[in-house]
Amino acid sequence: MTIGLPRALLYYRYSHLWENFFTGLGCDTLTSPETNKAIVAEGARCCASECCLPSKIYMGHVRWLTGKCDYILVPRLEGFGPRDKVCVKFNALYDIVRNTFKDAPLLDYDIDHKRGRGELAGFLRMGAKLGRPFFKTLAAYNSARGARQAEERLAAERQDSLMRARPEVTVPKVLIVSHPYNTHDNMLGRPIAEHIRRLGAQPVFADQASSAECARLAGEISPSLYWTFNKELVGAIKLYEKNIDGVVFVTAFPCGQDALVNELVMDKLKHSTPMINIVLDEIWGDAGIQTRIESFMDIIDARRLKYENNIIPAHG
Amino acid sequence: MRTISFPRMANYHVPIEFLLKSLLPGERVLPAPPVTRKTLELGSRYSPDFACAPFKYTLGSFLEALQEGADVLVQTAGGCRLGYYSEVQRQILWGLGYKFELVNLGGNEFGPLGMYRACKKLGCTVGYGRAAYYFALAFRMTAILDELEGYIRENLVFERPPGRFESLHGEFLNELKNVTGFESLRVIGGKYRRLINSVELTQPEEYLRVGLVGELYSLMEPFCNFYMEKELAKFNIALKRLINVTYLLFDKKRLASRTLKEARPFLKYEIGADGTDSVAYMKLLAERGYDGIIHLKPFGCTPEVNAMPILQNISAEYKIPVLYFSFDSQTSETGINTRLEAFRDMLEMRRKLRAK
Repeated sequence: MTIGLPRALLYYRYSHLWENFFTGLGCDTLTSPETNKAIVAEGARCCASECCLPSKIYMGHVRWLTGKCDYILVPRLEGFGPRDKVCVKFNALYDIVRNTFKDAPLLDYDIDHKRGRGELAGFLRMGAKLGRPFFKTLAAYNSARGARQAEERLAAERQDSLMRARPEVTVPKVLIVSHPYNTHDNMLGRPIAEHIRRLGAQPVFADQASSAECARLAGEISPSLYWTFNKELVGAIKLYEKNIDGVVFVTAFPCGQDALVNELVMDKLKHSTPMINIVLDEIWGDAGIQTRIESFMDIIDARRLKYENNIIPAHG
Repeated sequence: MRTISFPRMANYHVPIEFLLKSLLPGERVLPAPPVTRKTLELGSRYSPDFACAPFKYTLGSFLEALQEGADVLVQTAGGCRLGYYSEVQRQILWGLGYKFELVNLGGNEFGPLGMYRACKKLGCTVGYGRAAYYFALAFRMTAILDELEGYIRENLVFERPPGRFESLHGEFLNELKNVTGFESLRVIGGKYRRLINSVELTQPEEYLRVGLVGELYSLMEPFCNFYMEKELAKFNIALKRLINVTYLLFDKKRLASRTLKEARPFLKYEIGADGTDSVAYMKLLAERGYDGIIHLKPFGCTPEVNAMPILQNISAEYKIPVLYFSFDSQTSETGINTRLEAFRDMLEMRRKLRAK
């Protein structure tokens, strides 16, 4: 049996969990390819024009998977707690896919704090639907969860060791603050990170910082923030504040959360580090983005030069 | 003495003003001026680019209130981005140099208890029992307001000659300001219910029935939807709308699982904020044989964008046309009226074809 995993949105957060779980159940997984222009175009065709770009990309990936596997995994997330919500897009993702691709065989699980549905219950129900015995499902879930946690820890440690390097001997570090489905998407964030690298700086990723610590730190910047994903991203700025030379926000048009959160964070932290907000849409204009990143890097370099010569004080 | 202000939406400033005045007798309560083009322009000048229209409207209202001397602002919360408005708006207004206090009634402070706690912090000396009485009275006032406005909305099209409903409605709002207790509210409510019910209605042979669904602010604030309800009445269209404050505060939560059940088989889960209600209500109206549905939302409203593919399926299955509107700071009234006219013509043609 083959389970299709759309390489978009939650995939970048849960890929290890999903792949290990289904392998543990003895299923094959088929992940859709890296996002390309055809997938985006196909996704945009299946969506209302006002949908956000990542959700259009998601639909393109689902479309690619239809007919190629026995089930397509489309989870539904409501929230993890009373002050830990997710974008309402994730509330509706399953129903949107079901109403758009009426014949596609979907496999879903539901995480809903309000109704008391957790991850474990959701995965157990999936195992039952696939006809796997209870204990086998439980074991598969536990090992998959362990694998995901280990992977996250590893990524956080890798990043932390980068940060510990002494600032004067290293290249400038630029923190990319964006949802993992933007940051690591082939068409959205990855070209930006590559460009930063080409310009001789080291990109670091907010989504790879320790999420529990970031969620805690986010409260210091924005006490009323209640979106878990944004908390984890915003907290990373606080976590790495002393180690980074600049922050690049990457937003996909028209992300409802980022529109408010990034604006607030940029306003509150405007005296700490240089920041830039890049908005991505379906009109791919590489040149424009590259120019903006280049001039941003120039600012960072100029500041570093001044630091070295002690021309401006550390807080300026 | 401080001046307490809050953004307006439709006519709900009457009960809110009454409540705040009763809870804070020593302070001046001043609702923000009615929403105008200027409010929107002010608000969108200082708003993030793709913040939704209600954010821009309420920010504009705050700016207007601050210019009139307000020093305490009240903002509420909801299930989508609304809960985060207050922090961002406070930051923006602080950045502009205003000195004020912003009371956030969202998160843990949602509901009467939170509002009472917030008033306590502002120096409210009214005891628990008395406060509960005022809350009950304000809710009753809202319920009567919603009931009468609902009746007017559904019958506005049958009123010949037009104008009586509007003047009665204005008088009613004015008299609501004289309410002192349940008894006087009952008398005023009863008087206007009688008066409004006795307005002469002439049922034309042919009229269209259309349901309004969508996001709460663009449905309820007439300026935001360019007085669409009145325009539709001129087009000989009778309206039905579910969303009002009474529904959102009380019925929505109580009926949540029933709403989801009604939305089946189109929905399996709730799709966020009022999206589920839009789907369930459109399905209900489609089953009742309505001629068309108009869906209103601010640009980028995720819960309502979520509902759109599902509304599209209901439309296909029940053969009922839907007209989608997105409101932003750049929306033009002419464009909206043209689309409404075309929609009306299309509905009339369908009617005639079916009659043949």
